[in-house]
Amino acid sequence: MGWALALHGGAGDIPRSLPTERREPRLATLRRCLDLGAAALRAGRPALDVVELVVRELEDCPHFNAGRGSVLTADGTVEMEAAVMEGATLRCGAVSGVSTVVNPVSLARLVMEKTPHIYLAFHGAETFAREQGVETKDPSHFITKDNIERLRQAKEANRVQIDYTQPMKGQSPQETKAPVDDNSQTGTVGCVAIDAAGNLATATSTGGLVNKMPGRIGDTPLVGAGTYANAICAVSATGKGEEIIRRTVARDVAALMEHCGLPLRDAAARVVAGTPRGTTGLVAVSGAGEVCMAHNTTGMFRACATEGGYAEVGIWTDEADGNGASVSIGL
Amino acid sequence: MGWALAVQGAAGAISPSLPPELREPRLATLRRCLDLGAAALRAGRHALDVVELVVRELENCPHFNAGRGSVLTADGTVEMEASIMEGRTLRCGAVVGLSTVVNPISLARVLMEKTPVIYLAFDGAEAFARDQGVETKDPSYFITQDNIERLRQEKEANKLQSTKGQSPQEIPSPTDGNSRIGTVGCVAVDAAGNLASATSTGGHANKMAGRIGDTPIVGAGTYANALCAVSTTGMGEDIIRYTVARDVAAVMEHRGLPLRDAAVRVVAGMPRDTVGLVAVSGAGEVCMVYNTIGMFRACATEAGHTEVGIWADDVDANGESVSIRL
Repeated sequence: MGWALALHGGAGDIPRSLPTERREPRLATLRRCLDLGAAALRAGRPALDVVELVVRELEDCPHFNAGRGSVLTADGTVEMEAAVMEGATLRCGAVSGVSTVVNPVSLARLVMEKTPHIYLAFHGAETFAREQGVETKDPSHFITKDNIERLRQAKEANRVQIDYTQPMKGQSPQETKAPVDDNSQTGTVGCVAIDAAGNLATATSTGGLVNKMPGRIGDTPLVGAGTYANAICAVSATGKGEEIIRRTVARDVAALMEHCGLPLRDAAARVVAGTPRGTTGLVAVSGAGEVCMAHNTTGMFRACATEGGYAEVGIWTDEADGNGASVSIGL
Repeated sequence: MGWALAVQGAAGAISPSLPPELREPRLATLRRCLDLGAAALRAGRHALDVVELVVRELENCPHFNAGRGSVLTADGTVEMEASIMEGRTLRCGAVVGLSTVVNPISLARVLMEKTPVIYLAFDGAEAFARDQGVETKDPSYFITQDNIERLRQEKEANKLQSTKGQSPQEIPSPTDGNSRIGTVGCVAVDAAGNLASATSTGGHANKMAGRIGDTPIVGAGTYANALCAVSTTGMGEDIIRYTVARDVAAVMEHRGLPLRDAAVRVVAGMPRDTVGLVAVSGAGEVCMVYNTIGMFRACATEAGHTEVGIWADDVDANGESVSIRL
């Protein structure tokens, strides 16, 4: 059976015309994270450590909507959220509304390990961060020019711009194509893993929606929605937060496996197919070592690797760079 | 089939020696809420309206841990949370970290109906409340003497346990019935078969500021779909990790179990003394299941069944009880 790992950097209406300079840095980061995660698993690290270290890398990368590089609220601020969950024990931790914590996923893990609580938010989460001595920086550290521009455009258009990979006007020479589905969301990062001992874990982190109402919480920190792990599987979801919440996406994958005896792939496909088109993507691994990456959006930044030697990196479904039969499902 | 309604006002280590002056006002409120809810259902009101109006009554009652009468955080403040969900459409709304909103459940409903957002918290939620013009009051309005005393006792017990090396979960509950946990909730299926669920709470006495429990988390404390509507109460962290409300519906759907069996299965799978729930199904079934010492609860059906109780042996029902204590 062996270890397995899958990670994502957001699902959404990622246009095929995405220019190289917006595509390659993200793919390079996905590959680097895959290598880091696989090396840790090979070295026998527990799944919980692995998902945390991979998501920290993604948070630190300014090209993804988590940690530094998070999209901005309607007030031009950053409000980050994250969650972790350990399958064997159902232990979990989540944070929302953090604005100075460099690695929200690590703060979520501390909530899980150092408090009797699961979920801390806003001022309470920031206070806890200081008590724990985690790395914090001035809020300006997290704000990138790309995201200032993205917010400006969203306000101009007076709509919530959920697809943050849309090329911004004036940046690329070709005419930018309007998003096919303006309600698609991309942005959130996540990682699921099963380690050599068979332990499952998941972690997800995000800045949320561009131009979101301050205080708006999405699916990422809600156990059962964007993040879930039990003894059967570990899931991290991405997409339109509200749809993922009302359909308890991550929890449902595990429930279908348990109650209906479906293999991971079928359970994931069924859950994703049950959400409105263009809203949902997820990565998942099971206790039996299965891996699956499913989305009903145009694309999903993703990568996975198994001990058996399979590896895959991709954005859309027909260009996935894999060394065997793809485990990606585009619906 | 017909309409059905169930109400809860917290599950926990409610001491059987709870004195009348702490018991009767709560039972009276449960009865009043039951009557209000049943009257609304008889009059053809939508399930969503009914669960909201019942939970508003419970929030306004200072004897329950929601709205006025909410327990206090470690800082001595009130941070209220609530959520509401409509089964037929899966529409839902949740608010967290409120300190001035008189009826958090109504703000959750406004959020659901007026915005594309499901979940709004703290300063953002308070700002939204002002934008919407919902009723707000000074934070002191929500704070009761009972809860100031409850917080003092919790801090005292924490001090003791840290010197004895006990974990917070090992502290025995105060035996005067002042449970440190509590929530209020209501589920209903109306004459047209619509299902809805609503839950509201001040959270966990002496909780860390910013701590969010199960109540506002869709799938944990509140859930409704086309099969059933569920509202839970108890140890928030356990309810979150076990996705209790969602699981009842999942077990009904995938295992084909009736509501009662699904609810029992889910509650039986939880650690002892952690959870209670009330639920109704699209088929008009109603059940109230808990694995704690007691749960403040009441239910009524169109067929005429009514029931009010706290423990297993004090149930005031006009027929066979639909309560199950595990």
